[in-house]
Amino acid sequence: MGNVPTTVKHCLSYEQLIQDYPWLRRWLLLEEKEIVPTGVKIQLIDMLSGAGLPVIEATSFVSSKWVPQMADHSDVLRGIQRAPHVQYPVLTPNLQGFQDAVAAGATEVAVFGSASETFSKKNINCSIDESMLRFEEVINTARERQIPVRGYVSCALGCPHEGHIEPSKVAEVAKRLYEMGCYEISLGDTIGVGTPGSMFKMLQSVMKEVPTSALAVHCHDTYGQALPNILTALQMGVCVVDSAVAGLGGCPYAQGSSGNVSTEDVLYMLHGMDIETGVNIAKVIEAGDFICNALRRETNSKVARAKGRTL
Amino acid sequence: MLAKCQKTFYVGFRAGQALPEKVKIVEVGPRDGLQNEKTIVPTETKIHLIDMLSASGLPVIEATSFVSPKWVPQMADQVEVMKGIGRIPGVSYPVLTPNLKGFQAAVKAGASEVAIFGAASELFSKKNINCSVDESLQRFNDVMKAAKEAGVPVRGYVSCVVGCPYEGKVAPEKVAYVAKRLYSMGCYEISLGDTIGVGTPGSMIEMLEAVSKEVPISALAVHCHDTYGQALANILVALQMGIGVVDSSVAGLGGCPYAQGASGNVATEDVVYMLHGLGIQTGVDLSKLMDAGAFICRTLNRKSNSKVAQAVCKL
Repeated sequence: MGNVPTTVKHCLSYEQLIQDYPWLRRWLLLEEKEIVPTGVKIQLIDMLSGAGLPVIEATSFVSSKWVPQMADHSDVLRGIQRAPHVQYPVLTPNLQGFQDAVAAGATEVAVFGSASETFSKKNINCSIDESMLRFEEVINTARERQIPVRGYVSCALGCPHEGHIEPSKVAEVAKRLYEMGCYEISLGDTIGVGTPGSMFKMLQSVMKEVPTSALAVHCHDTYGQALPNILTALQMGVCVVDSAVAGLGGCPYAQGSSGNVSTEDVLYMLHGMDIETGVNIAKVIEAGDFICNALRRETNSKVARAKGRTL
Repeated sequence: MLAKCQKTFYVGFRAGQALPEKVKIVEVGPRDGLQNEKTIVPTETKIHLIDMLSASGLPVIEATSFVSPKWVPQMADQVEVMKGIGRIPGVSYPVLTPNLKGFQAAVKAGASEVAIFGAASELFSKKNINCSVDESLQRFNDVMKAAKEAGVPVRGYVSCVVGCPYEGKVAPEKVAYVAKRLYSMGCYEISLGDTIGVGTPGSMIEMLEAVSKEVPISALAVHCHDTYGQALANILVALQMGIGVVDSSVAGLGGCPYAQGASGNVATEDVVYMLHGLGIQTGVDLSKLMDAGAFICRTLNRKSNSKVAQAVCKL
């Protein structure tokens, strides 16, 4: 089982990290086909705030031409009840989006890079380098306004077009975002193909370039691997995890497959390991039930499905 | 701080530490899986499923159960199934035998390995097989004796190892006690079952630490249910503790009888995907396994519970 003193030290430092950073991150991505009414989105976010989640990604300031679901971004941001000590970051792909976000009251933003050139070109119509130039504009402007910026790296464990992605490439992109000024880098397994093996190798590489305390994992559950992948990340000292209530958001690359890992299932695992999150799982389940009713669909969370049905 | 550290000691596992090079997968779909399906599956279908699973390279396939058909109608065709399957050399086809009568019928039908089932929870034992844990172990003595005389290996199962639908939390020491009894009686392997899928890496490690003090790790297996989505994470920590045998069910067959509509067995496809991604050898051909899963789901007219199967079909 390894060298006992190393294990104990690791345990102590791990525990300290959990104490110092008892945050659980959440990322809400509405990739649902139906356009969700603004009132429903606002109610969902308010319920999630009430559950104790410390970060709730509220909306996205991309052009509504590309993402019609987020067309009501300003109304959502203005309509939500902001709980104290909760952050409501929004996506801002470029300077225009950033300015609109700030005008609507955003106090934290996020930018989205990719570890795959092909994915970058197909998704945001430019190379990785070109996207970094765009983000630099956003980050520099954000710095002047003292607005923190979170960086995402997609395709961290595989790309729907390129297949395998070299861990060193993920590390390179993560490093660039971090050095440009992102306070945290969320590493995304966009198509959910990762396993604890590839997660470990990728994190090992990234951790050489970015401090572990600035890393988060964003695992998709398309192949059912999200929880063991998150567990691996936790064991390596990562203590920020992205997830989506009810596992909302399918995988656009595998029709009908699941995408985001469910917040409820992540919480169940973390609480079962005595890790503090500050989140009330019952209230998250309620929020999940609410949005699933509104969308007239079943939850993707196994915990939500099982709860209340045991003898 | 030391106490806290001891409690959270398990999280000190290093993610990159040595895992088993090989893992033996025990496929329980044809028995544990189908037993929990409402539709009675025709004998030929069961035989075809088992043959497809054999062809995928699985080393152990639990074929059927010699319990009374009065209790488990799905397994009423136990003799025909045993006689009908194409046995591949090197592959084991264990069958469940709850008592001596079942054992004798199994051997007569050609069984060359059997399994017995204990529980770590008194209430579960009483409600499930109408006797206490100690009484059930007593019954198994007869089976063990006969099996030893016949040279038939016996696998022991312990259910409710991290939680019971009636008792709630189950003490790790109780699990260790039952596992040790089965092992001392002569079971070559003990499969530890999270019957209602409530376990997490936390409770899993606590339980495995207690059991491994009484039974060698090399004789232990884990049988995780995915009712709360925790199965793969639980299997991962078991591997990190040196366990090299994992039970699973093709297509995640077999719901959880205690949580209506909830999932039960972990899907073999998803387990194999994780193991192969970790560089662990299983001897299993994932695409042939998925063929077997697709076949049984078509027959049962239901969706696979395997996320790998769902994802691959739709790309």
